[in-house]
Amino acid sequence: MPPNQNQSQARPEQDEPLAPRGAVSGESTARPAPGELLRSSLRWETGLVMAVIAIVIAGAVVSPQFLTGANLFNLGLSYGEIAIMTLPMALIVISGEIDLSVASILGMSSAVLGILWSYHWPMLLIFVVVACVGALAGLLNGLLITRLGLPSLAVTIGTLALYRGIALIILGPKTISSFPVTYTNVGVNTVPGTQLTYSAGIFIVLAVIFGAVLHFTPFGRSIYAMGASPDAARFAGIRVKRVKTILFVVSGLVCALAGVLWTFRLSTAVQNNGLGLELDVVAIVLLAGVSIFGGKGTMAGVVLAVLVYTGLQNLLLLTNFNQEATGIVTGAILLASVFVPNAASFASRFSDQLRKRRGKIRPSAARAGLK
Amino acid sequence: MSTTLTPRREPPQPSGPEVSSRRLTERVFRVRESGILAVLIVFVAVTAAVQPRFLDLANIQFVLINATIFALLAVGETMVVVSRNVDLSIGSVVGLSAYLSASMFSHVHGIPIPVVFLAGLAIGLACGVANGLMVSLGRVPSLVVTLATLYIIRGIDILIVGGNQVVARSLPAAFLNIPQDTIAGIPDMAIAVAIVVAAGAYYLRSFRSGRELYAIGSNPDGARLAGISVGKRVFTAFAISGALAGLAGVLWAAQYQTIDSTAGTGYELTVISAVVVGGVAIFGGSGTAVGAALGALLLGTITSALYVLGISPFWDQSIAGFLLLLAISLDRAISVRLLTALRLRSSRGAT
Repeated sequence: MPPNQNQSQARPEQDEPLAPRGAVSGESTARPAPGELLRSSLRWETGLVMAVIAIVIAGAVVSPQFLTGANLFNLGLSYGEIAIMTLPMALIVISGEIDLSVASILGMSSAVLGILWSYHWPMLLIFVVVACVGALAGLLNGLLITRLGLPSLAVTIGTLALYRGIALIILGPKTISSFPVTYTNVGVNTVPGTQLTYSAGIFIVLAVIFGAVLHFTPFGRSIYAMGASPDAARFAGIRVKRVKTILFVVSGLVCALAGVLWTFRLSTAVQNNGLGLELDVVAIVLLAGVSIFGGKGTMAGVVLAVLVYTGLQNLLLLTNFNQEATGIVTGAILLASVFVPNAASFASRFSDQLRKRRGKIRPSAARAGLK
Repeated sequence: MSTTLTPRREPPQPSGPEVSSRRLTERVFRVRESGILAVLIVFVAVTAAVQPRFLDLANIQFVLINATIFALLAVGETMVVVSRNVDLSIGSVVGLSAYLSASMFSHVHGIPIPVVFLAGLAIGLACGVANGLMVSLGRVPSLVVTLATLYIIRGIDILIVGGNQVVARSLPAAFLNIPQDTIAGIPDMAIAVAIVVAAGAYYLRSFRSGRELYAIGSNPDGARLAGISVGKRVFTAFAISGALAGLAGVLWAAQYQTIDSTAGTGYELTVISAVVVGGVAIFGGSGTAVGAALGALLLGTITSALYVLGISPFWDQSIAGFLLLLAISLDRAISVRLLTALRLRSSRGAT
């Protein structure tokens, strides 16, 4: 139905018969793609499930501590905020953009929370202000990217510095740590009746919501469409700019929430809260099988990637591996996540290269043809 | 230094019919660079008007030395960014090279300083080669590859360093004096980096392989169809970026003198900011090494200007971020203008 609609819309506007035909053939080749896409990403998710199982087994073998409730609680505590921030990041990357300012929004909202609390504002009002700050930060990102047409990579590197800078201006060298126990308890207590931390609980709820929106609503499907081809999405009547702006605003809001959780967990607001987390968040999203070029990835993959990432970090902790050097493992997984799916084409290209080197025919011929 | 990195040279061939449009684009780029220079001059003038001490020789030297490491990194990053790639691993390379090269002084007694610089260069080159191989042969996005090597190289650094650090006591005086050494009042480091910047700018401007980096950045598929060996060029860009980061690591060691496993953390984003402020398009195809170095100098000047003016250094980051956003917005406006101008010109030429 949709392709026919497109065709009938395109015909009266453009006299050239080539354009609509091209569009239709584009659609028809794209037609089988969703099924194929699902299959290939499912395969990636299967790999992640196996990785999770392997980590759990290895963890249980290495240390009896691994599967205890206390350890899982600590795991949720240490990585809850990062996990929460991966959810909007996944949507943004699927839409073909990137948001490197997430950790700075976390830091800025933490600073706002801290300074307003030190001015004795009521906590509920502070929450409203922090939410507005997060949403505005995301809105600025979104407007610069969609309305001025600037590359998101450059914009969010700029706002990464800008928002962190605002946190610095607000707090300076101060540390604010006089938060009421009712709130700092989120870093101590479990969600009643479970072993989950509050941040882990929020992550699960948000993951379900984000997953439902991404996979089962027209809004979510339009994110895939614009990630795969922004022009095609625009021609199909999707409001690409509006959707992307919304995604950045949501990202800002969620990061503000992560900032609040982070502040209460450590019960301190300092200007460098969450410094450098953006790269961890991006790494998890890419590990999830989300393509950096957009249009590909699933929420299940993101949740599994969070489990793989946190599980591995924890495993390394229990094996007394230098805790700071666990980045090696993160990096290696990241490399594996781009090389393993492309292993076949990579090998063929490599052997091609070798053959070319030996034959030495094509490059020289091409050069001769140019001159 | 850069002669070892530059492949064979071929004379540039100006093509006839496109001279006029090229002159227009060239003029725009000159406008772009002089724009940064103008901002820099205004900044210095305002600061000097408020606080004349800012123009003291000692302070100028301080500013230059502070900016050198970032300017050096910016040259390498420019080559990579111009080819529509990005190198996020340079901060980690700086850290690894800084520690390994500085610790050579205590491992090998009386080792000559040039050897240490060469060692730093080699360490960086090895990292750059690894990045380049993965990006060009694997044809995977450089953002992902260098994000991964950012973690891996930093992790290796942390494993090697352990809980140790190199302290100034174990370094020879001649090495520690490098940041203080001057020729006619200009720091040696600044001169050396200026030479590298000039060499990089000349390479990108006048060498065939340099021009090909722009072609690749403007249109990778088009460049491939035009017979440019894209893989080889991109590989070279990453190798150069890595090698320069290795050199920057040795300079970092000489300047900060206490090296632990956190050296150079977060430099990658600062350098990319400097490059983009300096007018290099983040998606490749335009920008110069001189512009990028000026961008680094501008960001460095802001830091010291705030210090001299007595403004809290906490403003530094937000100003840098704001400048970056301003620079890319301006670039966008200029390129839209340029595009309309070029279109107008070509339509006039057709009729």
